[in-house]
Amino acid sequence: MLEVKEITTRYGAITALHGASLEVRQGELVALVGPNGAGKTTLLNTVAGLLRPATGSVHFDGADITGNEPASLVRAGLALVPEHRRIFKDLTVEENLRLGGATATKAQRRERLDEAAEVFPVLRAKWNTSAGFLSGGEAQQLAVGRALMSNPRLLLLDEPTLGLAPTIVDVVFELLGRLREQGRTMLVVEQNATRALQLADRGYLLRTGHVVASGAGAALAADTGLFDSFIGDSTPRSGT
Amino acid sequence: MTKLVQTLVDGLGVGSTYALLALGISLIFGVMHLVNFAHGELITVGAYAAYFFFLHGGSWWWMPAVIITMAMIASVFTELVAFRWVRNASPFTLLLTSFAIERLSHALWQIFVSPKQRPFPKPAWVFNQFKIGNVSFEVMDIVTISVTVATLAITALVFKRTLFGLSVRAAAEDFDAARLMGVRANRVISGAFAFAGLLAGVAACLIVMRSPAAEPSMGSDWLLKAVIAAVIGGLGSFSGAVVGGIVLGLLETFTRAYLPEVATGWDKFSTALVFILIAAFFVVRPDGIFKVSHAERV
Repeated sequence: MLEVKEITTRYGAITALHGASLEVRQGELVALVGPNGAGKTTLLNTVAGLLRPATGSVHFDGADITGNEPASLVRAGLALVPEHRRIFKDLTVEENLRLGGATATKAQRRERLDEAAEVFPVLRAKWNTSAGFLSGGEAQQLAVGRALMSNPRLLLLDEPTLGLAPTIVDVVFELLGRLREQGRTMLVVEQNATRALQLADRGYLLRTGHVVASGAGAALAADTGLFDSFIGDSTPRSGT
Repeated sequence: MTKLVQTLVDGLGVGSTYALLALGISLIFGVMHLVNFAHGELITVGAYAAYFFFLHGGSWWWMPAVIITMAMIASVFTELVAFRWVRNASPFTLLLTSFAIERLSHALWQIFVSPKQRPFPKPAWVFNQFKIGNVSFEVMDIVTISVTVATLAITALVFKRTLFGLSVRAAAEDFDAARLMGVRANRVISGAFAFAGLLAGVAACLIVMRSPAAEPSMGSDWLLKAVIAAVIGGLGSFSGAVVGGIVLGLLETFTRAYLPEVATGWDKFSTALVFILIAAFFVVRPDGIFKVSHAERV
């Protein structure tokens, strides 16, 4: 479904990705793990069209989408829940969700708003509150709900548990599990590497801009030797 | 008491025109971090549109539609030919671009029309007066205030209810996040310029109804006041722009009405005093009335 081939992405003189490749197949949950500064966020942002790769290509459902505008990617069925959530704090919860459905028809938007209210009772309780007043966990659920409003066939999530309390981390992982059962294809960047890999079908380990290991999620997670050498800490870490 | 009410109405009249202009400036600043010094030129465009429309036998009935349409077209046009190309440049480059457009506009009107003022007839009812109690009002005061209130109400509705309004607000807060929602950058920016043009067009109508004449540099004075109003309110804050405009209008009329007349020519001092008060205000609140946390400083 998603094929990233040998992409190199630069920020001015700094190269954040050195020819990284990965693949996500229909219905899979793929985890992308690695230490800070490995280029995980750069990779997701490149796929989502926020950054343009210097070399390499990105294919989605066989079509070359390298360097396409995010707006057209959303219409093609690809949504990103960005790092730090980036919900619109000046907008209400409902307005955030409505905007998430910007590419949908009016009827679809209404239908999905109802769905979101059902799936996220926490949000329904704060429907008309400014999103700036939400707690970290609520904001994360809003960020995911907002991305789901475009009914993406591929959902990219960047550090969905970053900065969340341990109990809320559980809620988010539970949500990921539920989305997976519904057959939603996902590519997740996670700091809770072990936990993410255990949940995932497959995983990729990224380090200083290179993919250094890949394989079945559980196997990669179990390979603690490999893990220690790259991350130095194989125990799941809770939020910072 | 009579004087107080009249000054208040005057102040609201001037202030609401500032508010319409300041809102446009804040809107553009929100979506692209540009303090658009060419915004005042939209008034000039509106005034010349009115002048030429009259020259060809137009009447006041159609005038607002003509002025507003031309201001909107001009606004979108400046984005298309100038600002779009420097969109990702530094705020300073954007600022200089807007200065260039302002100067260019002055020059073009001078060369192709005339450096002199071009008057046209005003609507007959403008300075008609009526009394409530023993306070007399001009019809124009009431028109100005009610048109502004209606325009702001529609604006609020657009920003609150429509997808376009949500996109603009979201883009003002976090442009990339808005793009991730499927908002098209070009479309939301063009839309913001069109809307700012509409607001400036309404302001232009109110301005030329009072003083029906077109002049190459007529936009500049209004622009300066509008920028100040937007900054008082907190650049990028839409409600702030409106409050800033009203506050500035009231401040001006009240200082003019209540400062003692020391000698002839001293009425100019009211403008100076207004600027001193504004300077003092920024010492206390450098970010304006409504601080916009996500707006970058320029």
